[in-house]
Amino acid sequence: MIELNGLTKRYGHHTVVDQLSFSCSPGEVLGFLGPNGAGKSTTMKMLTGFVAPDAGTASICGHSIIENPLAARRHLGYLPEGAPSYPEMTPGSFLNFIADIRGLTGDTRKARLAEVTEQLHLGPVLEQSIDTLSKGFKRRVGLAQAILHDPDVLILDEPTDGLDPNQKHEVRELIRSMSADKLIVISTHILEEVEAVCSRAIIIAAGKILADDAPANLAATSRFHNAVRVTLAEESLFDEVRSAIEKLPSVAGTESDRARLSITALARRGSGDAGPWRDISSLVSENRWNVSSLQLEGGRLDEVFRQVTQGTAA
Amino acid sequence: MSIISALFRRELHSYFATPVAYVFIVIFLVLMGTFTFYLGGFYERGQADLSAFFNYHPWLYLFLVPAIAMRLWAEERKTGTVELLMTLPVTPWQAVLGKYLAAWAFTGIALALTFPIWITVNYLGNPDNGAIMAAYVGSFLMAGGFLAIGSCLSATTKNQVIAFVLTVVACFGFLLSGFPLVLDLFSAWAPQTIVDGIASLSFLTHFSNISKGVIDFRNLVYFALVIAVFLYANTIVLQWKQAD
Repeated sequence: MIELNGLTKRYGHHTVVDQLSFSCSPGEVLGFLGPNGAGKSTTMKMLTGFVAPDAGTASICGHSIIENPLAARRHLGYLPEGAPSYPEMTPGSFLNFIADIRGLTGDTRKARLAEVTEQLHLGPVLEQSIDTLSKGFKRRVGLAQAILHDPDVLILDEPTDGLDPNQKHEVRELIRSMSADKLIVISTHILEEVEAVCSRAIIIAAGKILADDAPANLAATSRFHNAVRVTLAEESLFDEVRSAIEKLPSVAGTESDRARLSITALARRGSGDAGPWRDISSLVSENRWNVSSLQLEGGRLDEVFRQVTQGTAA
Repeated sequence: MSIISALFRRELHSYFATPVAYVFIVIFLVLMGTFTFYLGGFYERGQADLSAFFNYHPWLYLFLVPAIAMRLWAEERKTGTVELLMTLPVTPWQAVLGKYLAAWAFTGIALALTFPIWITVNYLGNPDNGAIMAAYVGSFLMAGGFLAIGSCLSATTKNQVIAFVLTVVACFGFLLSGFPLVLDLFSAWAPQTIVDGIASLSFLTHFSNISKGVIDFRNLVYFALVIAVFLYANTIVLQWKQAD
């Protein structure tokens, strides 16, 4: 359980985080989105006690980050941006050091060390200095460090930055597998990641919350929600199909890409959930158009993101 | 306590995981030997004591200790590991002490490795080993004082070169604060009590008192106070600058 209450940070006259308040409970994976410089990292640094807030407070599992920072940090695992670690150490000695600091002893310690090594596939590099590891391994060492003490709250600042698609997938699987009994906050600017792992997304810009909802609900506010994309097999039909689709009452308009032979029909608001989909698919079968694909879109988060954040960017 | 010891072990281990430790120890020992035998005229003096050796410690420390201290916090801040460290359940005091004690223990190891000179002097004559022991203690305390100053100044910057230069200058001031070079800066305008106060801060005076073989309680308190004050300042600077 974390709770933010009017958390504020200023640098000079510039307010980076502006009276941020929200709370979030175990089982949630909270995606923290925003353009660069929106205050995501600063918020995370305040939550973890690295940066002192200028106003407001926050609590982690009931412990105030200001009055009882050590207790708050004990419930917390944190992966700072860029996953810093000591380059001259090996992952093995580094994780042992973290285990010392976290007060892990005896069998629990052995079990936890073995488990995170297994979860993050660190086995082959345990005795190699961190300096010589690839970016992907360094990131995984940082993640291992954050989850070593099996914390209630996990704060990950850009956990998949710099990983290849396979590694990204693994990290997302890991986040998903841990999400049942933990509260996980991740910051990212990769929107597909939010759709893949987050149960809730908060979009911030200039230190203020602009949107706070489940990713699917946010995507539903996109004008592409329930849009249908038709891709034709031959170009000769292009104009005919487009004008036929535009005449449908459930379609608000189309966006077409002649080079790819695709036409996207936007749904008219209030035309019902499956409006354009039903109409277009029956149109296609009635006219026996040669169509290579027909896709229903849930909505585009990136478009919502741009729409929400660009209004305030100025 | 176990947290300080974990930090201490990690830090001390990191000296030996890189060439830093070996380069430092070799240079330290070579310079110590050169100074003792050539500049100090260890043989020519014809006396069975180690003053030719200990007299050069303050000057050698002036450059070598800041080289150890400069990386303590500047490097953590530069690489971002300070964010990792200070978001673990560790208080600023534990972090400062753990790292400081490791650096101090490291200089202690380097100092202990000068033991052949002690064997030499015992082979050649019958020195006052009590006085030599006292001088070793004094030298170790002085290194601790320099390190505390260096650790504090290292936390003010991300740049190790700046940390080094600041520390050398500050240590030089402390070393010579009993001498006209420093005192003249104050004697023109400050009241006599302040000038006397500054004069009494001299590392050199306190060290030479101890190295004569007399471990005076006041000299011990002096070094303990210098270390405590600078480490306290270190914790304040750290909290203030860590996130910059």
